[in-house]
Amino acid sequence: MGEDLKHLKILKQGAEARLYVCNYLGRPTLIKERFTKKYRHPDLDTVITKDRIKNEARSIVRCKTANIRTPTLYLVDFDRRRIYMEYLENSKTVKDFIKNLSNVENSCIIEQIKILAKLIGESIRKLHENNIIHGDLTTSNMLLVPKNENEEINWLEVDKLDLVMIDFGLSFIDSSTEDKAVDLYVLERAVESTDVPHLEVFHDILEAYQNFSENNTKELINKYREVSARGRKRTMVG
Amino acid sequence: MVIAIGFEGSANKLGIGIVKDEEILANCRRTYITPPGEGFMPRETAKHHSENIHELLQEALDQSGITPQEIDVVCYTKGPGMGAPLMVCAIVARTCAKLWKKPIYGVNHCVGHIEMGRLITKAKNPTVLYVSGGNTQIIAYSRKKYKIFGETIDIAVGNCLDRFARVLKLSNDPSPGYNIEQAAKKGKKYLNLPYCVKGMDVSFSGILSYMEDKIDELLKEYTPEDLCYSLQETIFAMLVEITERAMAHCGSDEVLIVGGVGCNERLQEMMGVMCSERGAKIFATDERFCIDNGVMIAYAGALAFKAGSRMSFEASTITQRYRTDDVWVTWRDD
Repeated sequence: MGEDLKHLKILKQGAEARLYVCNYLGRPTLIKERFTKKYRHPDLDTVITKDRIKNEARSIVRCKTANIRTPTLYLVDFDRRRIYMEYLENSKTVKDFIKNLSNVENSCIIEQIKILAKLIGESIRKLHENNIIHGDLTTSNMLLVPKNENEEINWLEVDKLDLVMIDFGLSFIDSSTEDKAVDLYVLERAVESTDVPHLEVFHDILEAYQNFSENNTKELINKYREVSARGRKRTMVG
Repeated sequence: MVIAIGFEGSANKLGIGIVKDEEILANCRRTYITPPGEGFMPRETAKHHSENIHELLQEALDQSGITPQEIDVVCYTKGPGMGAPLMVCAIVARTCAKLWKKPIYGVNHCVGHIEMGRLITKAKNPTVLYVSGGNTQIIAYSRKKYKIFGETIDIAVGNCLDRFARVLKLSNDPSPGYNIEQAAKKGKKYLNLPYCVKGMDVSFSGILSYMEDKIDELLKEYTPEDLCYSLQETIFAMLVEITERAMAHCGSDEVLIVGGVGCNERLQEMMGVMCSERGAKIFATDERFCIDNGVMIAYAGALAFKAGSRMSFEASTITQRYRTDDVWVTWRDD
Protein backbone atom coordinates (compact mmCIF):
# COMPACT_ATOMS: atom_id res chain seq x y z
CA MET A 1 0.00 0.00 0.00
CA GLY A 2 1.23 3.47 -0.79
CA GLU A 3 2.21 5.39 2.37
CA ASP A 4 0.10 8.34 1.31
CA LEU A 5 -3.08 6.25 1.30
CA LYS A 6 -2.70 4.93 4.83
CA HIS A 7 -5.34 7.25 6.24
CA LEU A 8 -7.91 6.19 3.65
CA LYS A 9 -10.45 3.49 4.11
CA ILE A 10 -10.07 0.41 1.90
CA LEU A 11 -13.37 0.01 0.13
CA LYS A 12 -12.51 -3.37 -1.31
CA GLN A 13 -9.53 -5.63 -1.65
CA GLY A 14 -9.74 -7.58 -4.87
CA ALA A 15 -7.42 -10.19 -6.35
CA GLU A 16 -5.34 -7.59 -8.17
CA ALA A 17 -6.18 -4.21 -6.78
CA ARG A 18 -7.17 -2.33 -3.68
CA LEU A 19 -9.91 0.27 -3.93
CA TYR A 20 -9.84 3.40 -1.80
CA VAL A 21 -12.34 6.22 -1.60
CA CYS A 22 -11.14 9.79 -1.32
CA ASN A 23 -11.96 13.32 -2.27
CA TYR A 24 -10.09 14.53 -5.31
CA LEU A 25 -10.57 18.14 -6.42
CA GLY A 26 -13.84 18.25 -4.56
CA ARG A 27 -15.31 15.09 -6.08
CA PRO A 28 -15.91 11.68 -4.53
CA THR A 29 -13.15 9.61 -6.08
CA LEU A 30 -12.18 5.96 -6.28
CA ILE A 31 -8.50 5.09 -6.29
CA LYS A 32 -7.70 1.74 -7.84
CA GLU A 33 -4.21 0.63 -6.93
CA ARG A 34 -2.84 -2.49 -8.59
CA PHE A 35 -0.44 -4.11 -6.16
CA THR A 36 2.53 -6.35 -6.96
CA LYS A 37 1.74 -10.00 -7.34
CA LYS A 38 4.67 -11.77 -5.75
CA TYR A 39 4.13 -15.07 -7.51
CA ARG A 40 5.02 -13.73 -10.91
CA HIS A 41 8.34 -12.58 -12.35
CA PRO A 42 8.94 -8.89 -11.52
CA ASP A 43 9.37 -8.00 -15.22
CA LEU A 44 6.16 -9.77 -16.12
CA ASP A 45 4.37 -8.13 -13.20
CA THR A 46 5.46 -4.66 -14.31
CA VAL A 47 4.45 -5.28 -17.91
CA ILE A 48 1.06 -6.72 -16.97
CA THR A 49 0.27 -3.95 -14.51
CA LYS A 50 1.23 -1.16 -16.90
CA ASP A 51 -0.70 -2.80 -19.71
CA ARG A 52 -3.80 -3.12 -17.61
CA ILE A 53 -3.71 0.45 -16.38
CA LYS A 54 -3.26 1.59 -19.96
CA ASN A 55 -6.06 -0.64 -21.22
CA GLU A 56 -8.41 0.57 -18.55
CA ALA A 57 -7.73 4.24 -19.17
CA ARG A 58 -7.89 3.89 -22.94
CA SER A 59 -11.18 2.01 -22.94
CA ILE A 60 -12.83 4.36 -20.47
CA VAL A 61 -12.00 7.31 -22.71
CA ARG A 62 -13.18 5.46 -25.79
CA CYS A 63 -16.45 4.56 -24.04
CA LYS A 64 -17.02 8.23 -23.25
CA THR A 65 -16.80 9.18 -26.92
CA ALA A 66 -19.10 6.28 -27.81
CA ASN A 67 -21.63 7.35 -25.21
CA ILE A 68 -21.30 4.21 -23.09
CA ARG A 69 -21.48 4.84 -19.38
CA THR A 70 -18.37 4.11 -17.30
CA PRO A 71 -16.89 5.88 -14.28
CA THR A 72 -15.23 9.12 -15.42
CA LEU A 73 -11.45 8.98 -15.51
CA TYR A 74 -9.70 11.62 -13.37
CA LEU A 75 -6.02 10.70 -13.23
CA VAL A 76 -3.56 7.98 -14.16
CA ASP A 77 -0.43 7.52 -12.04
CA PHE A 78 1.81 4.84 -13.57
CA ASP A 79 4.56 5.12 -10.97
CA ARG A 80 2.20 4.40 -8.11
CA ARG A 81 0.22 1.91 -10.21
CA ARG A 82 -3.02 3.86 -9.72
CA ILE A 83 -6.06 5.09 -11.54
CA TYR A 84 -8.29 7.78 -10.04
CA MET A 85 -11.87 7.74 -11.21
CA GLU A 86 -15.40 8.80 -10.38
CA TYR A 87 -16.79 7.03 -7.31
CA LEU A 88 -20.36 5.90 -7.80
CA GLU A 89 -21.68 5.78 -4.28
CA ASN A 90 -25.17 4.63 -5.09
CA SER A 91 -24.47 1.53 -7.07
CA LYS A 92 -24.99 -2.21 -7.06
CA THR A 93 -23.26 -4.87 -9.11
CA VAL A 94 -25.52 -6.82 -11.45
CA LYS A 95 -24.49 -9.92 -9.49
CA ASP A 96 -25.79 -8.46 -6.21
CA PHE A 97 -28.83 -7.08 -7.93
CA ILE A 98 -29.80 -10.52 -9.19
CA LYS A 99 -29.03 -12.12 -5.84
CA ASN A 100 -31.22 -9.51 -4.18
CA LEU A 101 -34.04 -10.09 -6.66
CA SER A 102 -34.07 -13.81 -6.08
CA ASN A 103 -34.71 -13.15 -2.38
CA VAL A 104 -37.81 -11.12 -3.17
CA GLU A 105 -41.14 -12.86 -3.54
CA ASN A 106 -42.49 -11.14 -6.55
CA SER A 107 -43.99 -12.25 -9.82
CA CYS A 108 -42.44 -9.43 -11.82
CA ILE A 109 -38.89 -10.63 -11.15
CA ILE A 110 -38.71 -12.47 -14.44
CA GLU A 111 -39.89 -9.34 -16.20
CA GLN A 112 -37.21 -7.24 -14.48
CA ILE A 113 -34.46 -9.69 -15.32
CA LYS A 114 -35.60 -9.67 -18.94
CA ILE A 115 -35.30 -5.89 -19.03
CA LEU A 116 -31.89 -6.13 -17.40
CA ALA A 117 -30.72 -8.74 -19.89
CA LYS A 118 -31.78 -6.45 -22.73
CA LEU A 119 -29.87 -3.57 -21.19
CA ILE A 120 -26.75 -5.73 -20.86
CA GLY A 121 -26.99 -7.10 -24.38
CA GLU A 122 -27.37 -3.65 -25.88
CA SER A 123 -24.50 -2.19 -23.87
CA ILE A 124 -22.15 -4.97 -24.93
CA ARG A 125 -23.16 -4.55 -28.54
CA LYS A 126 -22.44 -0.85 -28.23
CA LEU A 127 -18.97 -1.67 -26.89
CA HIS A 128 -18.36 -4.06 -29.76
CA GLU A 129 -19.68 -1.63 -32.39
CA ASN A 130 -16.91 0.65 -31.19
CA ASN A 131 -14.39 -2.20 -31.31
CA ILE A 132 -13.95 -2.22 -27.53
CA ILE A 133 -13.42 -5.76 -26.28
CA HIS A 134 -14.00 -5.87 -22.55
CA GLY A 135 -12.05 -9.07 -21.90
CA ASP A 136 -13.64 -9.86 -18.55
CA LEU A 137 -17.38 -9.59 -18.90
CA THR A 138 -18.98 -10.86 -15.71
CA THR A 139 -21.97 -9.82 -13.65
CA SER A 140 -19.56 -8.34 -11.09
CA ASN A 141 -18.12 -6.00 -13.69
CA MET A 142 -21.38 -4.24 -14.43
CA LEU A 143 -22.94 -1.74 -12.07
CA LEU A 144 -26.46 -0.44 -11.83
CA VAL A 145 -26.91 3.18 -10.78
CA PRO A 146 -30.06 5.30 -10.51
CA LYS A 147 -30.81 7.37 -13.62
CA ASN A 148 -32.03 10.23 -11.54
CA GLU A 149 -29.85 10.90 -8.52
CA ASN A 150 -32.45 12.90 -6.67
CA GLU A 151 -35.24 10.36 -6.74
CA GLU A 152 -35.55 7.75 -4.06
CA ILE A 153 -33.88 4.56 -5.29
CA ASN A 154 -36.00 1.57 -6.04
CA TRP A 155 -33.60 -1.30 -6.66
CA LEU A 156 -36.38 -3.45 -8.08
CA GLU A 157 -37.15 -1.30 -11.11
CA VAL A 158 -34.58 -1.71 -13.83
CA ASP A 159 -36.30 1.00 -15.90
CA LYS A 160 -35.07 3.61 -13.47
CA LEU A 161 -31.47 2.37 -13.52
CA ASP A 162 -28.49 2.88 -15.78
CA LEU A 163 -25.89 0.24 -16.59
CA VAL A 164 -22.26 1.21 -15.99
CA MET A 165 -19.44 -0.96 -17.28
CA ILE A 166 -16.35 -1.23 -15.09
CA ASP A 167 -13.04 -3.09 -14.77
CA PHE A 168 -11.52 -2.58 -18.19
CA GLY A 169 -8.11 -3.93 -17.17
CA LEU A 170 -8.30 -6.85 -19.60
CA SER A 171 -9.86 -4.80 -22.38
CA PHE A 172 -8.39 -3.97 -25.74
CA ILE A 173 -9.36 -2.42 -29.04
CA ASP A 174 -9.95 -4.84 -31.89
CA SER A 175 -12.33 -5.07 -34.81
CA SER A 176 -12.20 -8.85 -35.33
CA THR A 177 -15.34 -10.95 -34.90
CA GLU A 178 -13.23 -13.60 -33.15
CA ASP A 179 -12.45 -11.34 -30.16
CA LYS A 180 -16.03 -10.15 -29.90
CA ALA A 181 -17.23 -13.75 -29.97
CA VAL A 182 -14.81 -14.75 -27.22
CA ASP A 183 -16.05 -11.78 -25.17
CA LEU A 184 -19.60 -13.12 -25.44
CA TYR A 185 -18.45 -16.62 -24.59
CA VAL A 186 -16.66 -15.40 -21.46
CA LEU A 187 -19.87 -13.65 -20.38
CA GLU A 188 -21.93 -16.76 -21.03
CA ARG A 189 -19.67 -18.81 -18.78
CA ALA A 190 -19.79 -16.17 -16.06
CA VAL A 191 -23.59 -15.96 -16.19
CA GLU A 192 -23.84 -19.75 -16.13
CA SER A 193 -21.73 -19.97 -13.01
CA THR A 194 -23.71 -17.37 -11.05
CA ASP A 195 -26.97 -18.38 -9.48
CA VAL A 196 -29.60 -16.91 -11.69
CA PRO A 197 -33.25 -17.68 -11.01
CA HIS A 198 -34.36 -17.00 -14.56
CA LEU A 199 -32.29 -19.44 -16.53
CA GLU A 200 -32.59 -17.84 -19.96
CA VAL A 201 -30.60 -14.75 -19.01
CA PHE A 202 -27.81 -15.29 -21.46
CA HIS A 203 -30.26 -16.14 -24.22
CA ASP A 204 -32.00 -12.82 -23.63
CA ILE A 205 -28.70 -10.97 -23.55
CA LEU A 206 -27.70 -12.50 -26.86
CA GLU A 207 -31.05 -11.64 -28.41
CA ALA A 208 -30.74 -7.99 -27.41
CA TYR A 209 -27.17 -8.02 -28.67
CA GLN A 210 -28.37 -9.22 -32.07
CA ASN A 211 -31.33 -6.89 -32.36
CA PHE A 212 -29.45 -3.75 -31.45
CA SER A 213 -27.72 -3.38 -34.80
CA GLU A 214 -27.70 -5.02 -38.23
CA ASN A 215 -24.04 -4.43 -38.71
CA ASN A 216 -22.28 -7.79 -39.16
CA THR A 217 -24.75 -9.52 -36.85
CA LYS A 218 -24.80 -12.80 -38.69
CA GLU A 219 -21.02 -13.16 -38.74
CA LEU A 220 -20.79 -12.27 -35.07
CA ILE A 221 -23.35 -14.87 -34.01
CA ASN A 222 -21.86 -17.57 -36.22
CA LYS A 223 -18.44 -16.85 -34.80
CA TYR A 224 -19.82 -16.94 -31.27
CA ARG A 225 -21.32 -20.39 -31.93
CA GLU A 226 -18.01 -21.55 -33.34
CA VAL A 227 -16.10 -20.31 -30.29
CA SER A 228 -18.47 -21.90 -27.81
CA ALA A 229 -18.37 -25.20 -29.71
CA ARG A 230 -14.59 -25.05 -29.63
CA GLY A 231 -14.70 -24.62 -25.88
CA ARG A 232 -17.20 -27.36 -25.20
CA LYS A 233 -16.08 -30.02 -27.58
CA ARG A 234 -12.37 -29.64 -27.63
CA THR A 235 -10.73 -32.92 -28.45
CA MET A 236 -7.94 -34.25 -26.35
CA VAL A 237 -4.64 -34.34 -28.15
CA GLY A 238 -1.31 -35.61 -26.82
CA MET B 1 -16.03 -52.27 2.07
CA VAL B 2 -15.41 -52.00 -1.67
CA ILE B 3 -12.40 -53.40 -3.53
CA ALA B 4 -12.04 -51.90 -6.99
CA ILE B 5 -9.60 -52.32 -9.85
CA GLY B 6 -9.07 -49.46 -12.29
CA PHE B 7 -7.71 -49.43 -15.86
CA GLU B 8 -6.41 -46.15 -17.23
CA GLY B 9 -5.04 -45.61 -20.73
CA SER B 10 -6.49 -42.39 -22.12
CA ALA B 11 -3.12 -41.03 -23.27
CA ASN B 12 0.45 -42.37 -23.31
CA LYS B 13 0.33 -43.74 -19.76
CA LEU B 14 -1.05 -47.19 -19.09
CA GLY B 15 -2.00 -47.65 -15.44
CA ILE B 16 -3.69 -50.31 -13.35
CA GLY B 17 -4.55 -49.66 -9.72
CA ILE B 18 -6.38 -51.54 -6.99
CA VAL B 19 -7.99 -49.92 -3.96
CA LYS B 20 -9.76 -51.21 -0.89
CA ASP B 21 -11.90 -48.27 0.24
CA GLU B 22 -9.30 -45.57 0.86
CA GLU B 23 -6.34 -47.92 0.98
CA ILE B 24 -4.13 -48.26 -2.12
CA LEU B 25 -3.22 -51.92 -2.71
CA ALA B 26 -1.51 -51.55 -6.08
CA ASN B 27 -0.43 -48.70 -8.37
CA CYS B 28 1.36 -49.93 -11.50
CA ARG B 29 2.23 -47.97 -14.62
CA ARG B 30 3.95 -48.16 -18.01
CA THR B 31 4.67 -45.07 -20.11
CA TYR B 32 4.94 -44.97 -23.88
CA ILE B 33 7.93 -42.76 -24.61
CA THR B 34 8.51 -41.38 -28.10
CA PRO B 35 11.84 -40.16 -29.55
CA PRO B 36 12.79 -36.46 -29.11
CA GLY B 37 10.90 -34.18 -31.48
CA GLU B 38 7.95 -36.57 -31.76
CA GLY B 39 4.59 -36.74 -30.02
CA PHE B 40 2.59 -39.91 -29.40
CA MET B 41 0.03 -40.97 -31.98
CA PRO B 42 -3.16 -42.93 -31.21
CA ARG B 43 -2.30 -46.08 -33.16
CA GLU B 44 1.22 -46.56 -31.74
CA THR B 45 0.04 -45.67 -28.24
CA ALA B 46 -2.74 -48.27 -28.44
CA LYS B 47 -0.20 -50.83 -29.62
CA HIS B 48 2.00 -50.02 -26.62
CA HIS B 49 -0.94 -50.44 -24.26
CA SER B 50 -2.08 -53.75 -25.74
CA GLU B 51 1.46 -55.14 -25.60
CA ASN B 52 1.86 -54.25 -21.94
CA ILE B 53 -1.55 -54.56 -20.36
CA HIS B 54 -1.51 -58.30 -19.54
CA GLU B 55 1.84 -58.16 -17.83
CA LEU B 56 0.77 -55.01 -15.96
CA LEU B 57 -2.47 -56.63 -14.81
CA GLN B 58 -0.53 -59.58 -13.39
CA GLU B 59 1.86 -57.17 -11.69
CA ALA B 60 -1.00 -55.23 -10.11
CA LEU B 61 -2.73 -58.38 -8.84
CA ASP B 62 0.56 -59.66 -7.40
CA GLN B 63 1.35 -56.34 -5.75
CA SER B 64 -2.10 -56.08 -4.18
CA GLY B 65 -2.08 -59.63 -2.83
CA ILE B 66 -5.75 -60.13 -3.65
CA THR B 67 -7.46 -62.56 -5.98
CA PRO B 68 -9.89 -61.46 -8.73
CA GLN B 69 -12.73 -63.06 -6.73
CA GLU B 70 -12.31 -60.46 -3.99
CA ILE B 71 -12.86 -57.55 -6.39
CA ASP B 72 -16.27 -55.86 -6.20
CA VAL B 73 -16.18 -53.67 -9.29
CA VAL B 74 -14.04 -53.37 -12.43
CA CYS B 75 -13.48 -49.71 -13.37
CA TYR B 76 -12.00 -48.25 -16.53
CA THR B 77 -11.61 -44.81 -18.11
CA LYS B 78 -14.61 -44.06 -20.28
CA GLY B 79 -13.15 -40.76 -21.51
CA PRO B 80 -12.01 -38.18 -22.40
CA GLY B 81 -8.90 -39.27 -24.26
CA MET B 82 -7.57 -40.81 -27.43
CA GLY B 83 -9.98 -43.34 -28.91
CA ALA B 84 -7.72 -46.27 -29.70
CA PRO B 85 -5.79 -46.33 -26.39
CA LEU B 86 -9.03 -45.92 -24.43
CA MET B 87 -10.47 -48.86 -26.33
CA VAL B 88 -7.61 -51.19 -25.33
CA CYS B 89 -8.33 -50.66 -21.63
CA ALA B 90 -12.09 -50.83 -22.08
CA ILE B 91 -11.84 -54.18 -23.86
CA VAL B 92 -9.59 -55.70 -21.20
CA ALA B 93 -11.82 -54.30 -18.43
CA ARG B 94 -14.93 -55.73 -20.10
CA THR B 95 -13.23 -59.10 -20.53
CA CYS B 96 -12.17 -59.16 -16.86
CA ALA B 97 -15.67 -58.21 -15.75
CA LYS B 98 -17.14 -61.10 -17.75
CA LEU B 99 -14.44 -63.61 -16.70
CA TRP B 100 -14.67 -62.73 -13.04
CA LYS B 101 -18.45 -62.14 -13.18
CA LYS B 102 -18.14 -58.66 -11.68
CA PRO B 103 -20.00 -55.40 -12.42
CA ILE B 104 -18.25 -52.86 -14.67
CA TYR B 105 -18.08 -49.09 -14.23
CA GLY B 106 -16.79 -46.39 -16.62
CA VAL B 107 -15.15 -43.39 -14.98
CA ASN B 108 -14.59 -39.83 -16.21
CA HIS B 109 -10.84 -39.32 -16.32
CA CYS B 110 -11.00 -35.74 -14.98
CA VAL B 111 -13.22 -36.71 -12.06
CA GLY B 112 -10.72 -39.49 -11.33
CA HIS B 113 -7.97 -36.90 -10.96
CA ILE B 114 -10.08 -34.73 -8.67
CA GLU B 115 -11.14 -37.56 -6.34
CA MET B 116 -7.61 -38.98 -6.19
CA GLY B 117 -6.31 -35.52 -5.26
CA ARG B 118 -8.93 -35.10 -2.55
CA LEU B 119 -8.14 -38.54 -1.12
CA ILE B 120 -4.37 -38.01 -0.98
CA THR B 121 -4.36 -34.41 0.25
CA LYS B 122 -7.54 -34.48 2.39
CA ALA B 123 -8.67 -31.19 0.85
CA LYS B 124 -12.37 -30.81 1.66
CA ASN B 125 -13.93 -28.58 -0.94
CA PRO B 126 -11.12 -27.10 -3.00
CA THR B 127 -11.08 -25.05 -6.16
CA VAL B 128 -9.37 -27.49 -8.50
CA LEU B 129 -6.78 -26.61 -11.12
CA TYR B 130 -6.63 -29.56 -13.48
CA VAL B 131 -3.63 -29.26 -15.76
CA SER B 132 -2.40 -32.00 -18.08
CA GLY B 133 -1.45 -32.75 -21.67
CA GLY B 134 -5.05 -32.77 -22.79
CA ASN B 135 -6.84 -30.56 -20.28
CA THR B 136 -6.65 -27.21 -18.55
CA GLN B 137 -9.63 -26.47 -16.33
CA ILE B 138 -10.55 -24.59 -13.18
CA ILE B 139 -13.21 -26.61 -11.44
CA ALA B 140 -15.33 -26.13 -8.34
CA TYR B 141 -17.99 -28.39 -6.87
CA SER B 142 -21.51 -27.09 -6.76
CA ARG B 143 -24.71 -29.06 -6.26
CA LYS B 144 -23.67 -32.53 -7.40
CA LYS B 145 -21.58 -31.29 -10.32
CA TYR B 146 -17.94 -30.44 -10.84
CA LYS B 147 -18.53 -27.16 -12.62
CA ILE B 148 -15.95 -25.74 -14.97
CA PHE B 149 -15.32 -22.08 -14.16
CA GLY B 150 -12.44 -21.48 -16.48
CA GLU B 151 -10.54 -23.42 -19.09
CA THR B 152 -8.28 -23.07 -22.05
CA ILE B 153 -10.01 -21.80 -25.15
CA ASP B 154 -7.56 -23.59 -27.42
CA ILE B 155 -4.76 -26.04 -26.50
CA ALA B 156 -4.01 -27.52 -23.07
CA VAL B 157 -1.08 -26.22 -21.03
CA GLY B 158 0.66 -29.61 -21.13
CA ASN B 159 0.22 -29.73 -24.88
CA CYS B 160 1.87 -26.31 -25.14
CA LEU B 161 4.81 -27.54 -23.03
CA ASP B 162 5.12 -30.85 -24.90
CA ARG B 163 5.11 -29.15 -28.27
CA PHE B 164 7.65 -26.59 -27.17
CA ALA B 165 9.87 -29.44 -25.98
CA ARG B 166 9.59 -30.85 -29.49
CA VAL B 167 10.68 -27.50 -30.95
CA LEU B 168 13.80 -27.64 -28.77
CA LYS B 169 14.17 -31.39 -29.41
CA LEU B 170 14.22 -32.12 -25.69
CA SER B 171 13.94 -35.74 -24.59
CA ASN B 172 10.48 -37.22 -23.92
CA ASP B 173 11.98 -39.38 -21.14
CA PRO B 174 10.56 -39.41 -18.48
CA SER B 175 8.32 -36.67 -19.88
CA PRO B 176 8.83 -33.51 -21.95
CA GLY B 177 7.35 -31.37 -19.18
CA TYR B 178 9.83 -32.73 -16.64
CA ASN B 179 12.75 -31.89 -18.92
CA ILE B 180 11.44 -28.36 -19.49
CA GLU B 181 11.16 -27.95 -15.73
CA GLN B 182 14.78 -29.04 -15.21
CA ALA B 183 16.04 -26.78 -18.03
CA ALA B 184 14.03 -23.85 -16.67
CA LYS B 185 15.90 -24.10 -13.36
CA LYS B 186 19.06 -23.04 -15.24
CA GLY B 187 17.36 -20.21 -17.14
CA LYS B 188 18.17 -16.64 -16.13
CA LYS B 189 17.22 -14.21 -18.85
CA TYR B 190 13.52 -13.48 -19.00
CA LEU B 191 11.85 -13.05 -22.36
CA ASN B 192 8.55 -11.23 -22.50
CA LEU B 193 5.97 -13.54 -24.11
CA PRO B 194 2.33 -13.03 -25.08
CA TYR B 195 0.18 -13.24 -21.95
CA CYS B 196 -3.38 -14.24 -22.66
CA VAL B 197 -6.08 -14.28 -19.98
CA LYS B 198 -9.74 -13.75 -20.91
CA GLY B 199 -11.93 -13.58 -17.85
CA MET B 200 -11.39 -16.96 -16.20
CA ASP B 201 -10.24 -18.54 -19.46
CA VAL B 202 -6.74 -18.75 -20.89
CA SER B 203 -5.23 -19.27 -24.32
CA PHE B 204 -1.87 -20.89 -25.06
CA SER B 205 -1.80 -21.28 -28.83
CA GLY B 206 -0.56 -17.72 -29.40
CA ILE B 207 2.46 -18.24 -27.14
CA LEU B 208 3.31 -21.54 -28.80
CA SER B 209 3.14 -20.19 -32.35
CA TYR B 210 5.15 -17.14 -31.31
CA MET B 211 7.90 -19.45 -30.02
CA GLU B 212 7.65 -21.79 -33.01
CA ASP B 213 7.86 -18.98 -35.56
CA LYS B 214 10.72 -17.12 -33.93
CA ILE B 215 12.77 -19.98 -32.51
CA ASP B 216 15.85 -19.52 -34.72
CA GLU B 217 15.99 -15.81 -34.02
CA LEU B 218 15.35 -16.29 -30.30
CA LEU B 219 18.12 -18.86 -29.93
CA LYS B 220 20.64 -16.25 -31.05
CA GLU B 221 19.89 -14.17 -27.98
CA TYR B 222 18.56 -16.64 -25.46
CA THR B 223 19.65 -20.11 -24.36
CA PRO B 224 17.14 -22.98 -24.54
CA GLU B 225 17.14 -22.84 -20.71
CA ASP B 226 16.15 -19.16 -20.78
CA LEU B 227 13.28 -19.96 -23.11
CA CYS B 228 12.02 -22.84 -20.94
CA TYR B 229 12.24 -20.55 -17.93
CA SER B 230 10.37 -17.71 -19.64
CA LEU B 231 7.71 -20.04 -20.98
CA GLN B 232 7.07 -21.57 -17.55
CA GLU B 233 7.00 -18.20 -15.78
CA THR B 234 4.48 -16.85 -18.27
CA ILE B 235 2.05 -19.73 -18.60
CA PHE B 236 2.09 -20.57 -14.89
CA ALA B 237 1.40 -16.93 -14.01
CA MET B 238 -1.66 -17.17 -16.27
CA LEU B 239 -2.83 -20.32 -14.49
CA VAL B 240 -2.31 -18.85 -11.03
CA GLU B 241 -4.15 -15.69 -12.04
CA ILE B 242 -7.27 -17.50 -13.27
CA THR B 243 -7.20 -19.79 -10.23
CA GLU B 244 -7.23 -16.74 -7.99
CA ARG B 245 -10.11 -15.25 -9.97
CA ALA B 246 -12.10 -18.46 -9.59
CA MET B 247 -11.36 -18.56 -5.85
CA ALA B 248 -12.54 -14.98 -5.47
CA HIS B 249 -15.64 -15.80 -7.50
CA CYS B 250 -16.52 -18.86 -5.37
CA GLY B 251 -15.27 -17.52 -2.03
CA SER B 252 -13.01 -20.55 -1.70
CA ASP B 253 -9.88 -20.83 0.46
CA GLU B 254 -8.45 -24.14 -0.78
CA VAL B 255 -6.70 -24.97 -4.04
CA LEU B 256 -5.98 -28.46 -5.27
CA ILE B 257 -3.67 -28.96 -8.24
CA VAL B 258 -4.12 -32.21 -10.19
CA GLY B 259 -3.02 -33.62 -13.54
CA GLY B 260 0.42 -34.29 -15.00
CA VAL B 261 1.53 -30.64 -15.10
CA GLY B 262 0.46 -30.41 -11.44
CA CYS B 263 3.66 -32.09 -10.26
CA ASN B 264 5.72 -29.19 -11.63
CA GLU B 265 7.34 -27.71 -8.52
CA ARG B 266 7.57 -24.20 -9.91
CA LEU B 267 3.82 -24.17 -10.55
CA GLN B 268 3.22 -25.45 -7.01
CA GLU B 269 5.56 -22.79 -5.63
CA MET B 270 3.84 -19.93 -7.49
CA MET B 271 0.42 -21.18 -6.46
CA GLY B 272 1.70 -21.40 -2.88
CA VAL B 273 2.75 -17.73 -2.91
CA MET B 274 -0.63 -16.67 -4.24
CA CYS B 275 -2.38 -18.75 -1.56
CA SER B 276 -0.31 -17.41 1.31
CA GLU B 277 -1.08 -13.86 0.17
CA ARG B 278 -4.79 -14.48 0.45
CA GLY B 279 -4.74 -16.77 3.46
CA ALA B 280 -5.66 -19.85 1.47
CA LYS B 281 -4.27 -23.37 1.52
CA ILE B 282 -2.65 -25.24 -1.33
CA PHE B 283 -2.85 -28.98 -1.89
CA ALA B 284 -0.78 -30.87 -4.42
CA THR B 285 0.44 -34.40 -4.98
CA ASP B 286 3.64 -35.88 -6.38
CA GLU B 287 4.18 -37.74 -9.65
CA ARG B 288 2.81 -41.06 -8.33
CA PHE B 289 -0.68 -39.59 -8.25
CA CYS B 290 -0.53 -36.41 -10.36
CA ILE B 291 0.35 -38.31 -13.50
CA ASP B 292 -2.36 -40.54 -14.98
CA ASN B 293 -2.70 -43.76 -13.03
CA GLY B 294 -5.05 -46.65 -12.44
CA VAL B 295 -5.68 -45.91 -8.76
CA MET B 296 -7.59 -42.73 -9.53
CA ILE B 297 -9.94 -44.64 -11.80
CA ALA B 298 -10.40 -47.44 -9.25
CA TYR B 299 -11.00 -44.98 -6.42
CA ALA B 300 -13.44 -42.69 -8.28
CA GLY B 301 -15.27 -45.76 -9.58
CA ALA B 302 -15.46 -47.21 -6.06
CA LEU B 303 -16.94 -43.94 -4.72
CA ALA B 304 -19.67 -43.96 -7.33
CA PHE B 305 -20.27 -47.68 -6.84
CA LYS B 306 -20.61 -47.24 -3.08
CA ALA B 307 -23.08 -44.41 -3.62
CA GLY B 308 -25.25 -46.77 -5.66
CA SER B 309 -24.29 -45.76 -9.19
CA ARG B 310 -24.29 -48.64 -11.67
CA MET B 311 -23.50 -49.07 -15.35
CA SER B 312 -24.98 -51.73 -17.59
CA PHE B 313 -22.58 -53.84 -19.61
CA GLU B 314 -24.07 -52.42 -22.82
CA ALA B 315 -23.27 -48.88 -21.64
CA SER B 316 -19.61 -49.65 -20.95
CA THR B 317 -18.37 -47.89 -24.07
CA ILE B 318 -15.76 -45.21 -24.52
CA THR B 319 -16.04 -41.58 -25.60
CA GLN B 320 -13.24 -39.28 -26.69
CA ARG B 321 -15.14 -36.22 -25.51
CA TYR B 322 -16.53 -36.40 -22.01
CA ARG B 323 -16.82 -33.19 -20.05
CA THR B 324 -16.13 -32.98 -16.32
CA ASP B 325 -19.48 -31.27 -15.77
CA ASP B 326 -21.36 -34.13 -17.48
CA VAL B 327 -20.89 -36.37 -14.44
CA TRP B 328 -23.59 -36.54 -11.78
CA VAL B 329 -21.63 -36.64 -8.52
CA THR B 330 -23.68 -39.14 -6.55
CA TRP B 331 -21.13 -39.58 -3.76
CA ARG B 332 -21.02 -36.02 -2.43
CA ASP B 333 -23.78 -34.56 -0.32
CA ASP B 334 -22.36 -31.13 0.47
